Amino acid sequence: MTQYETVIGLEVHVELKTRSKIFCDSTTEFGGEPNTHVCPVCLGLPGVLPVVNKTVVEYAIRAALALNCRIAHYSKFDRKNYYYPDMPKNYQISQYDLPIAEHGHLNIEINSETRRIGITRLHMEEDTGKLVHQGTITTTPFSLVDYNRAGVPLIEIVSEPDLRSPEEAYEYLNKLKAIIQYTGVSDCKMEEGSLRCDANVSVRPAGSMEFGTKTEIKNMNSFKALQKALTYEVERQIEVLEEGGRIIQETRTWDEGKGVTLSMRSKEFAHDYRYLPDPDLVPMVIDQEWVKKIQCSLPELPDDRKDRYIREFGLPAYDAMVLTNTKELADYFEACVAAYPNPKAVSNWVMGDLSRLLNAGGVDVIKCPIKPGQLAAMLQLLEKGTISGKIAKSVFEEMFATGKDAEIIVKEKGLVQISDEGAIATIVDEVIAKNQKSVEDFRAGKDRALGFLVGQVMKATKGKANPELVNKLFKERLS
Amino acid sequence: MITEKDVDHVALLGRLELTGEEKEMFTKQLNDILGHFQSLERLDTEKVQPTAHVLPLQNVYREDQVGRHISREDALVNCPDRNENYFKVPRII
Amino acid sequence: MQLFRLTAHELHNLLINKEISAEELNSAVFDRIEAVEDKIAAYTIRTKERAIERARMVDRQIRAGEKISPLAGIPIAVKDNMCTDGIRTTASSKILYNFIPPYSATVVEKLEAAGATVVGKTNLDEFAMGSSTENSAFFPTRNPWDTGRVPGGSSGGSAAAVCAGEAVCALGSDTGGSIRQPASFCGVVGMKPTYGAVSRYGLIAFASSLDQIGPFSRDVTDCALMLEAICGHDPKDSTSADYRVPEYTSSLVDDVRGLKIGVPEEYMAEGISPEVRGAIIKAMSLLESLGAEVDYTTLPHTEYALPTYYLIAPAEASSNLARYDGVRYGFRAVEGEDVIDMFMKSRSRGFGPEVKRRIMLGTYALSAGYYDAYYLKALKVRTLIKEDYDRAFEKFDVLLSPTSPTTAFRFGEKVDDPIQMYLSDICTISVNLAGIPGISLPCGFVDGMPVGLQLMGKHFDEGTLIRVAYTFEQNTNYHKRFPEI
Repeated sequence: MTQYETVIGLEVHVELKTRSKIFCDSTTEFGGEPNTHVCPVCLGLPGVLPVVNKTVVEYAIRAALALNCRIAHYSKFDRKNYYYPDMPKNYQISQYDLPIAEHGHLNIEINSETRRIGITRLHMEEDTGKLVHQGTITTTPFSLVDYNRAGVPLIEIVSEPDLRSPEEAYEYLNKLKAIIQYTGVSDCKMEEGSLRCDANVSVRPAGSMEFGTKTEIKNMNSFKALQKALTYEVERQIEVLEEGGRIIQETRTWDEGKGVTLSMRSKEFAHDYRYLPDPDLVPMVIDQEWVKKIQCSLPELPDDRKDRYIREFGLPAYDAMVLTNTKELADYFEACVAAYPNPKAVSNWVMGDLSRLLNAGGVDVIKCPIKPGQLAAMLQLLEKGTISGKIAKSVFEEMFATGKDAEIIVKEKGLVQISDEGAIATIVDEVIAKNQKSVEDFRAGKDRALGFLVGQVMKATKGKANPELVNKLFKERLS
Repeated sequence: MITEKDVDHVALLGRLELTGEEKEMFTKQLNDILGHFQSLERLDTEKVQPTAHVLPLQNVYREDQVGRHISREDALVNCPDRNENYFKVPRII
Repeated sequence: MQLFRLTAHELHNLLINKEISAEELNSAVFDRIEAVEDKIAAYTIRTKERAIERARMVDRQIRAGEKISPLAGIPIAVKDNMCTDGIRTTASSKILYNFIPPYSATVVEKLEAAGATVVGKTNLDEFAMGSSTENSAFFPTRNPWDTGRVPGGSSGGSAAAVCAGEAVCALGSDTGGSIRQPASFCGVVGMKPTYGAVSRYGLIAFASSLDQIGPFSRDVTDCALMLEAICGHDPKDSTSADYRVPEYTSSLVDDVRGLKIGVPEEYMAEGISPEVRGAIIKAMSLLESLGAEVDYTTLPHTEYALPTYYLIAPAEASSNLARYDGVRYGFRAVEGEDVIDMFMKSRSRGFGPEVKRRIMLGTYALSAGYYDAYYLKALKVRTLIKEDYDRAFEKFDVLLSPTSPTTAFRFGEKVDDPIQMYLSDICTISVNLAGIPGISLPCGFVDGMPVGLQLMGKHFDEGTLIRVAYTFEQNTNYHKRFPEI
């Protein structure tokens, strides 16, 4: 069988977090009553004119700089003409031949290797409205249109066809999301649609220099969907080729339920966008001083932060990568370390118990009930031996559920570790007396029996006995 | 030379449904008009910059501020067919 | 005294001297409309109640001794492609037959803020596409000088209304001559200001890079007053120029001594009727005798203006008119079985033949494989045409030409031959391509029909056009003639 190489390029749309829309002063707020966040301009009424929101340009430049793009000196808006009922003017104001930024890149880690993925271009455009169907798009007798999202600012980021597997695509999107979130220009929430991704996929015999025919995959609404859809599509294309068939250049939609990509061929996809410079908008000549100012205001980005964690905190690369994946988590981590300067210990708790609880509860780290100072204080109790590691886990869960300080929980529940040697010795002796069989087993060389004996002490003290002390006392008595 | 097939394609792009008579008429007229415009080809414009705007305006922006919305009734009042709070359209596919 | 025959500046004096009230004036104009509208058909809709109500407000201001602006209480007609809050706005198209905008065009707001009363919306060629007003989806407007002839277009309703005394002044829009050519055909003053001088916000777009709103009036003084009221920067229009609006009335000076006036020979060549050419030559002599230096000059790319215009304008129009799809407003064909079908049926029945022709032409010019050959080429030739003017204005203050090759033609004369119809724009379209200001004023009559003189100026030099036009007017009597209807 021929070996195939996968070639993927992603087109990512990101909604910008401005207050007002890109070409009018309607609000961009998410989730209003249908058709209430509108004005004559974003409804495309006859005679209205667009005026560019300066913050949109600033945010686009900000994102572009974070993605190592070259900012255009001269840029303009164009009209992309096609008919769709969610698009009020039946053209979308976008950018065609002179986008705001080009020639960028970002780095992804694949099998502990760094790969640089090229970014062809980044441009600004307006979002469309939303169609609401009764049932599915194919069976509904009519559709309803809500124009609240029409005119919300977007940036589209187009990658080079540099991605070689669905995993790389996943990593690219993840890194892109992290970088954009760091810049603060978007929430990048795929569930709310503020991050959307289409993919161009093709395969070619390994070693071939020419690209195969590509298909465009749409409607991938989560990171998981992206990976599944791409994996499916790559397999489908290889199968077609192996059976002697040909790939048709087309748009396909990911059907999450069936787990397949489906062709979207229909008369409306006979596209010819007839771009023309928008005569209602004037060109943008980007001032280099402005670009410099934006560059200076960029925060430390994920890669730099990760390197610093390895360098300054001595963290393993894996920890550093996970912690810096979102700015919020990294900020949280650093606030903890500031109060409890043992980065590895903090990292273990943040990546372990904290992340587990956040994920299980669907809680964003910004809204984490345990404040960084509280986590640090708990770690101090642990270090001083006031609580055992095992107790700490249950204290932590209680903190997460109630938001209370560790110290208070420990006091209220009487969870202070017993480190009084005399008290523990009495219990140890009782356990030895009651469990002669295990004692003999241990003496016969079965190390596991010690675990059982220690467990009996823990049971009797409700887990509060200092485990090191218990171990020590058993060893003294039984050896 | 523009054929009736070209006219069909252009009509679809422009979302116009033409009668047979219109198709015939536009095929002829577009050919006449564009034929008349062949004179442009005589001009060497290789080194000429296009003029999309006659005024040298640039960098016209507005501040990012939310203004007044129109009421939903005003948004929907001219709508040929509505369903409570939405614009209603026939099925998409 | 026939109030409807007077100009705004004459009426203003009567108002502030309390010889008439604004209500009387508006009633007089509506009486005139009642009397002649059957024959002229200038209006798509009349707004008597609103006008009278506003006139009464002006009267209260006058009684209270407040200072009123020169246009306060003056009845003004608005071309029906400018949005008027709460008043139906149709662009004379079936596709917008019932559209009531929830906002007004900036120009309308400005005029109303100046106290002017909007008497109604005037008829036009559908979406301003045409040169005769025969392309209105509703009815044709007639030329008050001869109701068997067209008033010109596309702002034929506005020109005819001002000509016939159905309004004192009016607003029109000019994409390729749509103010100047009907002004010429109806013997009134019409000006297309510099592109960007007047906000386009609320003007239903035809070709955005060429469209410009301007005034119609019965003399040059009123033209200057209207300009002062409507010009100026608008933050809602990115293409509106941020400049200080001069006092145009201070250019109302009867003196052209020392001014250099160029006459492009291309505009006096074949295609211009001998009678029109004769009237223009007479006008040249008059201005020369008044002390101007008049000489011939050349705009060598003039012959390319027509194809350039008829590629750029339809291309922009094809995109601008895409929004009329029956979803949000306007006409919808009910039996569309799916949304594309509904789009196609609504647009096919909602648009008239000229609009469809231009959508077809513009769509073709932008479509894959043709963009460079047609649209881009036209944008480049536009540069050459603009440079012709730049060169001419190095030597001359003002350029002079006929406004139209002929006087008003008869109904049906050109309507079936698009190229013939397009050729009636040859004197006016270059001005739009270059974005410069142009004014048309009456300079003679041929067989009882008015001839228009066009003056063209440098960007934002409306003042000099007004000066030359005013001087010409003060030394002629054509503007004082009034049609018998």
